[in-house]
Amino acid sequence: MSYFGDIGKGIKTLLSGMKVTGKYFLNARKEIITQQYPENRDTLEMFERFRGEVVMPHDENNEHRCTGCQACEIACPNGSIEIVWDRKVDEETGKKKKYIVNHIYHLSMCTMCNLCIVACPTDAIKMAKKFENAVFDRTALTKVLNKPGSKLMDGVEE
Amino acid sequence: MKTEELIINPQGKTEEYFINMGPQHPATHGVLRLLLTLDGEIVRKVDADLGYIHRSIEKMTEFDTYRQIVHLTDRMDYLSAHMNNEAVCLAVEKGLQIEVSDRVKVIRTIMTELTRLSSHQLWWGVIGMDTGALTTFMYAFRDREMINDIFEETCGARLTMNYFVPGGLMWDIHPNFQKRVKDFIKHFKTKLPEYDTLLSDNVIFRKRTEGIGILSKEDAISFGVTGPGARASGVRCDLRKKHPYSAYDRVEFKEILGTKGDTFERYRVRILEMWESMHIIEQLIDNIPEGEILEKTKAVIKLPKGEFYQRVETARGEFGANIISDGKKSPYRMKFRSPGFSNLSVIDHLAKGWKVADLVAIMATFDFVIPDIDR
Repeated sequence: MSYFGDIGKGIKTLLSGMKVTGKYFLNARKEIITQQYPENRDTLEMFERFRGEVVMPHDENNEHRCTGCQACEIACPNGSIEIVWDRKVDEETGKKKKYIVNHIYHLSMCTMCNLCIVACPTDAIKMAKKFENAVFDRTALTKVLNKPGSKLMDGVEE
Repeated sequence: MKTEELIINPQGKTEEYFINMGPQHPATHGVLRLLLTLDGEIVRKVDADLGYIHRSIEKMTEFDTYRQIVHLTDRMDYLSAHMNNEAVCLAVEKGLQIEVSDRVKVIRTIMTELTRLSSHQLWWGVIGMDTGALTTFMYAFRDREMINDIFEETCGARLTMNYFVPGGLMWDIHPNFQKRVKDFIKHFKTKLPEYDTLLSDNVIFRKRTEGIGILSKEDAISFGVTGPGARASGVRCDLRKKHPYSAYDRVEFKEILGTKGDTFERYRVRILEMWESMHIIEQLIDNIPEGEILEKTKAVIKLPKGEFYQRVETARGEFGANIISDGKKSPYRMKFRSPGFSNLSVIDHLAKGWKVADLVAIMATFDFVIPDIDR
């Protein structure tokens, strides 16, 4: 008796499960939750705090806000940031002033922990939304963040 | 000797043999290698071989500052990333003797409960897959996606958030946060009963789990099992209740306890914990007090000499972070007590005498995350 009872119970639970899946099967068009990712690239918008890679914003005069204080380099847990800096004489004051030659960023080592952004006293670097970082050669993941010929924005002090 | 003689044993006796399960076996949920001694299909002995994803995080902490340590713990139990971060932050705050504001405490509690929900959702999807029901995985990920979006909007990442910092939070919550969480709770309250219809009441699933791998209360305690696995055997081990941290002392919730301690009981405890997590979030989400997001700390945190320990309840059990400081900017030694490691030790005891398929079901209910075991 329990043999047939088990079969009946099995069919009953199977049907109740099928009811749930059947409901979604029939209403599939109303509740679309998947994104057609490579096709929707043009409309895909990441959240504003999304951490994709470190970038250094430049204004229209090719000026950035990085003073070369190396706070980000010290804050970085895995050596993703390297700053090559030098000193030059400021024409107005006559004092020697620090400036960055290259702000080197190793994306291949970065864990997107955001500690460099928090550490920066002048908001010179920020996280960008770009997340498609696959390249064919890993040397392409080492980037120089300051653009060639760029200089420090006026009024940004350490 | 002829081949037929090798295969057919005239006495009808069977011989024990040895087989590797893993390190690339989908049912071990990661690079865990189990050395099984089998008799036919019956498990006689389970040896776990660890080390396939060992990254020496404990050693790495000795060279990192206290701020940098936090982001490493994301990568241990990645499904309980917020809880791991919280353990380290609370231990450092204990050493600095600072008290975070109520706002931080409440936000931390909401975040950890959301993490617990998302972890249990993933676990529910995976236990279905392990016992042969593929639908559950899709349904669980549909709901988990909403939590991931909440995290992405507020914390900036979906899995390795690094949102808690010693002294508070990295940022304030996003303006959409409360609305999104409320939407999620409303959505998930209609979907969680479906989980029961699909899997919990299913006859096949019941037969695969009921009465399998019974863990007694005494064994749970002596093996150091914590989390839902131990609570299903009746051990009162919920740290949120016993040693409240953050805002758990100001919310009402039940500690879910089971009696039987079998695989289905562990399953049931986790499903009921999801209801409790939602209940906790509902109490807090409308009452986030105003306050400072980040307490002022020195640029380089130096802890005084001594030992600081903090344990938290992750989705898998008790997670502890022990800092031994010698007054420098990095710890002298840091030890993590991970729930997965102790929970794994009980598998040999539970799986003995059961079939290989039952071993998979037993492992699924303990919800192992292998980077958490290896660190």
